[in-house]
Amino acid sequence: MSTNDNSTSPRRRRVLQAAAASAALSGLGFPAIVRGQTGALKVGVLLPRSGVQGFIGQSCQKGADLAPGVIKEMLGVNVELMNADTESNVDVARTRAERLIQEGANVLVGPFDSGAAAAIAQVAEQRGVPFVINIAAAPQITEQGYRYVFRNFQTAGDIVRNGLDLIGDMFRSTNTVPRTAVFMHVNDTFGQAMAKGIAGILPQRTQLPFRIVDTISYDPAAKDLTVEVGKAKATRADFLLLVCRLNDSIILRREMVKQRWYPMGVVSPGSPGMYEEQFFKSLGKLSEYCVSNVPWYNPKAPLTAVVEKAFLKQNPKDRLVFHGLNVGFTFEAILITADAYRRAKSTDPKVLADAIRQTNIASKMMLGAPIRFNAKGQVEGIGSACIQNLNLSPTVVLPADAATAKPVFPAPDYKPA
Amino acid sequence: MRARRVDPVNVANQVVAGVLTGLVYGLMALGLSVIFGVVRVVNFAHGEMMTIAMYATVVLFAALGLDPFLAIVPVALAFFAFGYALQSALINPFITRPEHSQFMLLVAVAIIMVNALLMFFGPSARSVQLDYLLESIELGPLLLDRGKLYGAIVACVTSGLLFAFFKFTRTGTAIRACADNYLGARVVGLNVKRYYAFTFGLGAACVAVAGCVMVLLVDVTPVLGPAYTLLAFVIVIVGGLGSMGGALLGGVLIGVSEALAGLLIAPSAKSMFSFALLILVLLFRPQGLLGKRA
Repeated sequence: MSTNDNSTSPRRRRVLQAAAASAALSGLGFPAIVRGQTGALKVGVLLPRSGVQGFIGQSCQKGADLAPGVIKEMLGVNVELMNADTESNVDVARTRAERLIQEGANVLVGPFDSGAAAAIAQVAEQRGVPFVINIAAAPQITEQGYRYVFRNFQTAGDIVRNGLDLIGDMFRSTNTVPRTAVFMHVNDTFGQAMAKGIAGILPQRTQLPFRIVDTISYDPAAKDLTVEVGKAKATRADFLLLVCRLNDSIILRREMVKQRWYPMGVVSPGSPGMYEEQFFKSLGKLSEYCVSNVPWYNPKAPLTAVVEKAFLKQNPKDRLVFHGLNVGFTFEAILITADAYRRAKSTDPKVLADAIRQTNIASKMMLGAPIRFNAKGQVEGIGSACIQNLNLSPTVVLPADAATAKPVFPAPDYKPA
Repeated sequence: MRARRVDPVNVANQVVAGVLTGLVYGLMALGLSVIFGVVRVVNFAHGEMMTIAMYATVVLFAALGLDPFLAIVPVALAFFAFGYALQSALINPFITRPEHSQFMLLVAVAIIMVNALLMFFGPSARSVQLDYLLESIELGPLLLDRGKLYGAIVACVTSGLLFAFFKFTRTGTAIRACADNYLGARVVGLNVKRYYAFTFGLGAACVAVAGCVMVLLVDVTPVLGPAYTLLAFVIVIVGGLGSMGGALLGGVLIGVSEALAGLLIAPSAKSMFSFALLILVLLFRPQGLLGKRA
């Protein structure tokens, strides 16, 4: 017995050592490599599919839904979506992100909101899971030194710079010289970041002929904007510079008509709302001539044609133009993760994050330079377009080489104060 | 950068808009006040019931093209029946139980209502789109929002009818007797439970009227309820819980204070002033402006 025991003990120790080594490698991600080579990439998609941002969240979801099929054809990579609704609530976004990670998400994507993005970024960083932001502009999100947070979207500063430049282009193109603007903005994280950006950048844009006569912030969940619009109308500004969301932009536009305020135009230097399908559905002809200078998709890009085909297959009654920004950036965020997974051949978070950092996607859907992350995890050189609502459809009117119509400014119903 | 001068015409317009909005708010809070004044149960599902009424109005408009003002009659009747049944079947057994039991019961009812709406209608906002809702009536330098004006008129008429009912009808008098002296009412042979159910039905009908009017002013989503429950509470506490006139007064005060705070201080600070007003009333007149001291 003792002999047998002695003879087997070393073997048992070796087995135990091997098991311990295996466990250690597991911690380092070795088994993940094996999993990664055969399994699907589990992408946790966090979007505000209900609540005040519900329409836009659902629009983004369309981009997520078509991604697995398109990416399988493009890259041969299997992507499995794990969808979660942030309910337009920052705290819910945080807990949903935690839950997705617990349930095995290899990477997180989302969430169309700066406040939610900041919360998810903290979770992703603490848990060491890569997080690719589809849409969220607050600059501070990629200024924290995070190693697992990446953003393929313009920061508020970039949006404002591009947006203001396009406003200048529009004035030149229409030979108009508005002298005053009233600036209205939502008071959430995104709106505050945009307001800060405008306050910092507008004085540097000396070529712009107008000055801001008043700044009015408001709650994006407001049910009534009577006071805000009344206050803005009382400034007698030539045009309204607006940083909005969807629901509030609809309420605001209706209120402008009720209060008989017809400025030269409603111009967003870069915010959601006025190019969304629901804006057109809710307002009909009142949606006309509103201007949004936003990151937009390149209708001539080959990838756009592929995405549009998949989009129409899944949403035969919809048009991509009403969802272009939301679908495009959400799709690209998932594409980035799948491309990284293909190169990394691993779902190990660190390996995957390193691979995302090395991303170089030139063939893309959205306007601008190839997708490459800088040291902070931010893509630079994403382009904007001037989108004007014409004939009940968001239409590219600037830059001239991408435009399909000429800008109309001032709006035909303009009545000087 | 900032415009410092305040345009008096704009102030007048905002005050008028605040009064009109406040009357609609008051109508919404009226049901809460009526139910508490008689049944002594605080309806924590108040906002959710109004949300259901708003959806009913939207559905009637979409299916039959029924104008929300015409929808008031069928929706209010349906809600009267619903309120009567809810009180008889569910709330009556809780009348003599501790307040926290009543609270939990009605919060549970509210949660069920929100989730049922989410299941049936989804999270998207819905609205009634009528041309006249974009129109304003010009009165000298004042612009009156047509939707709000009509809503305020409905609020005043409904309140007047309710007041007349309680003051001049036998049933109304009997209900007031039940509210004033529960035991005495039973001794003289009044069917208190039936009158309680009737009162809850009336409160629910008030909520329904408010819902039909409110849908003219805001888009409806399933999660709208809690915010309006809270607003109704603020209004009835300011005006006096159980006082019909207090509900209207509270609504107007909240509407005007929000308008003026938004105009003169900062629009994003509007609701802060409603709650500041609430704290002041709780400190200096805890029974509310028109409430009776317990």
